[in-house]
Amino acid sequence: MSDYAFYLWGSYSVTFLLLFLEIFFLLKRKRETKA
Amino acid sequence: MSWFWYASPQTFYPLAGRMAPWFAGAALLLAVGGLYVGLFVAPTDAQQGEVYRVIYIHVPAAWMSMFIYVVMAGWAALGLAFNTRLSGMMASALAPTGALFTFIALWTGSLWGRPTWGTYWVWDARLTSELILLFLYLGFIALQAAIYDPRRADRAGALLAIVGAVNIPIIHYSVVWWNTLHQGASVSVTRAPTMAAQMLTGMLLMALAFWMYTIAVTLVRVRCIIREREG
Amino acid sequence: MLDAACCLVRRDLLLAWRRRSDVATALLFFVIVASLFPLGVGAEPNLLRAIAPGVIWVAALLSSMLSLSRLFAADHADGTLEQMLLGASPLGVIAAAKAAAHWIVSGLPLAVIAPLIALQYGLAPELYGVLIATLLLGTPVLSLIGAIGAALTLGLRGGGVLLSLLVLPLYVPVLIMGAGAVDMASAGVDPAGRLLLLGAMLVFAAAFAPWAIAAALRISIE
Repeated sequence: MSDYAFYLWGSYSVTFLLLFLEIFFLLKRKRETKA
Repeated sequence: MSWFWYASPQTFYPLAGRMAPWFAGAALLLAVGGLYVGLFVAPTDAQQGEVYRVIYIHVPAAWMSMFIYVVMAGWAALGLAFNTRLSGMMASALAPTGALFTFIALWTGSLWGRPTWGTYWVWDARLTSELILLFLYLGFIALQAAIYDPRRADRAGALLAIVGAVNIPIIHYSVVWWNTLHQGASVSVTRAPTMAAQMLTGMLLMALAFWMYTIAVTLVRVRCIIREREG
Repeated sequence: MLDAACCLVRRDLLLAWRRRSDVATALLFFVIVASLFPLGVGAEPNLLRAIAPGVIWVAALLSSMLSLSRLFAADHADGTLEQMLLGASPLGVIAAAKAAAHWIVSGLPLAVIAPLIALQYGLAPELYGVLIATLLLGTPVLSLIGAIGAALTLGLRGGGVLLSLLVLPLYVPVLIMGAGAVDMASAGVDPAGRLLLLGAMLVFAAAFAPWAIAAALRISIE
């Protein structure tokens, strides 16, 4: 439990990375359909 | 009458465009609030220490994964019943986000399990049910991807989503029973610590944040789908 | 209505009999898959006895699923399916009949062969009855649910694998109840409750699946 940082930040960072990726690809799709 | 006015993709398109930024802004505000409460205000748990703070992502993500599936099945049922194009598009727009939250719930559940119970994966009832839910989402997405005609894809996906939704309680009950049969005094990765008020607040704020995020992303995605299909 | 159903079942059985090798292949698959597990996990008798119900059930799932993609494909290819859609019989009855024929050909034999596999795994003989009962109750559910998937994926590329992805999550409750009943019996607990639940699943599937199969057929063909 003392090295909780790995698990905690591993969870949060992957979550926000995935959400960011979703937004990124969605905006990319939006640009492509507008073109 | 106003509901059916917006049931046409053409009229919904600008409405979705206007609404999406508001939901995105709400998501951001709620997330900041939720993370602040969850990471700084809520106390440390007596048994699990700091690592329990994963629940501020894990539980809201799991809630959203199930909620989105129900909403998806709801749109699917509407589409089959009223033969409206937009309903099918909404269901298709929701699926990727739903699958994503399911994966996040599994990932964070796994990382929570490692320090608390020693292994990255525990065949506990809730995680196993989440895994099957992920398969249901992926099946829906795969089926729609395999069908060329958008109308057939919508309707086939809709039927699959409804069959899946009907099955979810049955699957969940079976998995819970299976878990008790095979693990006896089962340890549950998702057993949350006794809820201090601030913990609950943090979780609710994050859940609302994810909900607003989902709506914003779905609105943008459905606009893309409308453009792709209707030109 | 019952006439039409019986007629259809007899027709499907006749067609299956004419292609006996297809049917035999699926059953052989069941035996082969069940034989692979000991090769993979080692032949330790206690281990095999413990995993026997699960292995037999998973092998039954996979084997039953193998023949699903053929369920509607042949009729679709020669236009018979469209005739069925346009015909006088309710499509749900036709769907139920086809699922029944599929079960007779792909599910029922599994219940007959299963004791042989159980023998290989050293499962206690007094459990054979429970095992056969779970298979007899569960495999029709597999046929009914599988038929929904077969109807949805009719004519699609990647059909067989896609069908598996769609149908296997829905099979999970049947698997859990079926294998679990045998496990309970081996632990000395009365499995009657689980068998009744399997029966309930069968009734539920028999009542609702034909509607879903019919809806799926209409979606796939029109």
